[in-house]
Amino acid sequence: MSSSPHDPCAHCGHHHELAVENLCVRYREGRALDGVSFATSCGSCVALIGPNGAGKSTLLKAIAGLLPIESGKIFWRGTQVAKWSREIAYLPQRENVDWQFPITVRGVVRMGRYPQAGWWRPFSPADDAAIENALAAMGLLDLQHRQISALSGGQQQRVFLARALAQQAHVLLLDEPFSGLDRTAKATLSQTLRDLTKEGRLVLAAHHDLDTVRDIYDEVLLLRRKCVAFGPVAEVFTEPLLQQTFAQPANAGKELA
Amino acid sequence: MIDWLTEPLQHPFNQRAILAALLIGLTNGYASAFVVLKKSALKVGSLSHALLPGIAVAVLVAGLHEWSAFLGALFAALLIGLGSLAVSRGSRLDQDSSLAILYTAAFSGGIILLRRLGVTQQIDEWLFGNIMGLRDGDLWTTFWISCGALGVLTALHRPLLMTLFDTEVAATLGVPIRALNYLLLAVLIVVLIASLQAVGCMLALGLLVTPAATIYLLTDSTSALFWGGSLLGGIASAAAVLIGWHLNLEQGPTIVLVLGAVFLLAFIFSPKYGLLRRPLAQPPPQ
Repeated sequence: MSSSPHDPCAHCGHHHELAVENLCVRYREGRALDGVSFATSCGSCVALIGPNGAGKSTLLKAIAGLLPIESGKIFWRGTQVAKWSREIAYLPQRENVDWQFPITVRGVVRMGRYPQAGWWRPFSPADDAAIENALAAMGLLDLQHRQISALSGGQQQRVFLARALAQQAHVLLLDEPFSGLDRTAKATLSQTLRDLTKEGRLVLAAHHDLDTVRDIYDEVLLLRRKCVAFGPVAEVFTEPLLQQTFAQPANAGKELA
Repeated sequence: MIDWLTEPLQHPFNQRAILAALLIGLTNGYASAFVVLKKSALKVGSLSHALLPGIAVAVLVAGLHEWSAFLGALFAALLIGLGSLAVSRGSRLDQDSSLAILYTAAFSGGIILLRRLGVTQQIDEWLFGNIMGLRDGDLWTTFWISCGALGVLTALHRPLLMTLFDTEVAATLGVPIRALNYLLLAVLIVVLIASLQAVGCMLALGLLVTPAATIYLLTDSTSALFWGGSLLGGIASAAAVLIGWHLNLEQGPTIVLVLGAVFLLAFIFSPKYGLLRRPLAQPPPQ
């Protein structure tokens, strides 16, 4: 769908692996993540599932380089991720964004070109092309001059995805992307995530709604401060493991959505 | 009408005052866009009050010069800003509460100290400004501060806006957010100090919030917020000096009052966000 070359993934046989090894993150109140390890690669859509306070957001932020890591390592394509990487994009929870900020859709997407354009350099034709492609891929060309305050929930989510595409990120970290969306917007977003995965990107999303996991994701990481289980949906997304993750009477986790 | 403009301009102190009001209003108006977007008006207000005790200590230690007052004010604002950060990190209090405690205590100390230093005459100037008492040297100080502040803010426009929009996203794109936040705060403090001459530390906040806040009610464009805020700040301040001269009003409060009046007009009559706007045909689709 996007005409921008997805270059590193075109090299066949080259394995684009995201590996997290023994990751520990500590807040003032205590450990938020305790020895989390897993490895996955481009072309997979991964759900992070766990109860509130299980560390889903913390894990995403740690991979994005937003939190100090107590111990453990994160590798992307074989090199350790220092503070931040252009190839890793983080999409915050929609509720945490100031949607009244006076900026247009295109303005947000253009922010994705900041790593290339730097502090002062005017945006080059290559930047403009990347912005244009990203807007087109997310179906936002008609809305590009609209204020972000005038968008629906689904459109807001797509604006942030478009920013990640303009950035030419390979790893997309999404914090509860489906929360607060209506049914149509949810369906559209699922399809978008599937398409991005098919292009060879790695999607990692914190997810609440247990009923939709099978339709959207390839792999599941069950998280409860530690990694309870990680693997393909069919193997990991099972009743016994879910009970172990939520460790409450059987259906308590389902009403979280 | 022409007389109304030209008559006061025959006096050198008026020329200086109008020039200074233009410069200070312009710089504050530009910086006010950052304050409004950062939603940190109260924090900046606290820091403006923190300038006074700094001046008091500087006068006590080094006597009364323009530079001792400037440096004392700068130092006090930094000390209280960083001190509130230290208190909130070291206890369970939030930063706003810590800041409120520190600045009111310091302000009280400053007032008591100044009353005993034999500079009673100047206290009013530091509290409410005295743009008519400006000398050529003050004008140059204001000029260089304005140039410096506008230069820094313009040069860092792109990363600053990204940080203000979404700190976390900016950080994942490699923006040094912590350094930028400190730098922005430092520039705002310097701008506050520059406006002391015009409006004093009690009213400085008005000049550093109202211009962009008014424009914010009129437009959605970010760049308009910056140049509109500058224009409004500069023109309203200069006009207020003239009005003050004609009506024999204190210039500092007049500047803030004029800005407040313009804000009120925007609040009521803004076509898009004013009280009297036509109700929206439909709420934004969800």
